[in-house]
Amino acid sequence: MTITEKILARESGAKLVSPGDNIWAKAGMLLTHDVCGPGTIGIFKREFGKDAKVFDREKIVILPDHYIYTEDEKAHRNVDILRAFVKEQGLPYFYDPGTVTYCGVCHVAMPELGHVRPGETIFGTDSHTCTHGALGAFSTGIGNTDAGFIMGTGKLLIKVPQTIRFVLDGAMPSYLSAKDLILHIIGDIGVDGATYCAMEFTGSAIDALSIEERCTICNMAVEAGAKNGIIAPDLKALAYVKARTAKPFEPLYSDPDAKVAAEYRYDVSTLEPVVAKPHLPDNKALARACRDVKIDQVYIGSCTGGKLEDFIMAAKIMKGRKVAVRTLLVPATRVVEQGLVDTQIDGQSLRAIFEAAGVEPIAPPSCAACLGGPVDTFGRTHGHEVVVSTTNRNFIGRMGSKDSQIYLASPYTAAASALAGHIADPRDV
Amino acid sequence: MPNETLIRGPVYVLEDNIDTDLLIPACYLNLVPTIPEEYRKLGSYALAGLPETFPKYACNADGTTPFPIVIGGRNFGCGSSREHAPIALGAAGCKAVVAESYARIFFRNSVATGEVFPLESEGRLCGEFKTGDLAEVNIAKNTITRLSDGKVFSLKPVGAVAPVIAAGGMFAYAREIGMISKS
Ligand code: SF4
Repeated sequence: MTITEKILARESGAKLVSPGDNIWAKAGMLLTHDVCGPGTIGIFKREFGKDAKVFDREKIVILPDHYIYTEDEKAHRNVDILRAFVKEQGLPYFYDPGTVTYCGVCHVAMPELGHVRPGETIFGTDSHTCTHGALGAFSTGIGNTDAGFIMGTGKLLIKVPQTIRFVLDGAMPSYLSAKDLILHIIGDIGVDGATYCAMEFTGSAIDALSIEERCTICNMAVEAGAKNGIIAPDLKALAYVKARTAKPFEPLYSDPDAKVAAEYRYDVSTLEPVVAKPHLPDNKALARACRDVKIDQVYIGSCTGGKLEDFIMAAKIMKGRKVAVRTLLVPATRVVEQGLVDTQIDGQSLRAIFEAAGVEPIAPPSCAACLGGPVDTFGRTHGHEVVVSTTNRNFIGRMGSKDSQIYLASPYTAAASALAGHIADPRDV
Repeated sequence: MPNETLIRGPVYVLEDNIDTDLLIPACYLNLVPTIPEEYRKLGSYALAGLPETFPKYACNADGTTPFPIVIGGRNFGCGSSREHAPIALGAAGCKAVVAESYARIFFRNSVATGEVFPLESEGRLCGEFKTGDLAEVNIAKNTITRLSDGKVFSLKPVGAVAPVIAAGGMFAYAREIGMISKS
């Protein structure tokens, strides 16, 4: 069996499962946020009664992150709904905006907080819940109804996915990041290339990646339609988890002879920086081939491209230089925000490097313009802006305006483009 | 849950990769679907993310749609897990989506909520219909008929999720099989 099949077998109490089996899997963790939490709670109450108790208080994590810094009244009302529910149920894992417990973007906060453990199942009311496969968990996005069901029962009926294996070998060039790797893969297999499947990433180039970079890869599995992305937890992953949680866990690993539906191989040393052109994440082009594209804005943030290492990459390019266009930085979490101050390159903090380069004042952590959001959202587009962004989706209207054009790119490419004022390969600036 | 086995009315025709931002733009995600008034509001914004080249979907004066059947191409509903997407369609009065293929979460949310039937066509139908054409979907027979000339197109059988669809959604199904109490 593959790692995905083994986790689902264990969590459904079966010895063996095969792709296509419909099983009742136990939820190790249920994650929700301010956009889908209130609806989930509404369904839980409607179906289980107004006095119902959640299945296990220790297994629910509520991380408001989407609409935090806005004047929108309903957005505030929604966080109030979460607060009331947390109080009523006595939930321990709530990270309340406006208090010191607030974290920021849920998918970056989940591993930081030790809520992601190898071998467990995680269900989240957010499609990018697939991020957490980077630490060897089975982690997938669900809707409010399924989440309401889990809240009451701790279980969900799911189909065991087939696995597609991606073997990445070779030495990573200094100008390439995990974002380039996943954009290459999605460009090759298409936005529905892994629909219903597990995408398992392996090979020496994956082993060499940091945990944050592995998260970037698994984060975008859903952009190829996958149910989950997953990477076997090595010593680096186990050490990362153990440093953040005292809870016991049991990692699982694919059998060497596990059957997979398909296998793709890459030599990363031969790959070049790419972008995904509007309006789909599989619309791949070499960054160098898009030099004619003049841009208005660069956005560095989100669960895909707003982690500390994303900012380190951007700072390496921007150090000692000036940006030519409006450049917006949104650290994903408070931890990342603090990291901008604490992390130095040649004696200069990342924050100082960015400020000297002339970026806009750095925004507080949240999803911000990654998904457009209320009209007053930081960085939201309102017209025909052309944006290079480290986020994960470039759909029409994704960052706000239907008329804006989003190019998805790595932090290196986004930073290089900010300096050039047009799409630029990091090797050329 | 739309429990009719016959759905008849004008179709609204889309294309490939209709994503959840087109189905319901993020600026409306402050609405909570379980609050009845906001449920109806979501319906009035169904497909509000489409470019202006498309006619308005929920164009009735009361915020509902005259098009109970939506036709799409490949990978319908890709993107976010927002259940607001099938809910917006259902709240607007859509009964069935007929597409070549679906993104996993949209399909699942449609089945779990019972808001719309997510049906798969055998071939591509985007070119066979234009917005406003009258059609009839027969769930029991797995067909969609173009009423102008009577041409019948096959739909794929719903497969493993059939019992959940027949029950009317995840909770109804779980009660039927005794997973949760009937109350
Ligand atoms: S940062 Fe963007 S993609 Fe990630 S959870 Fe927030 S809105 Fe979704």
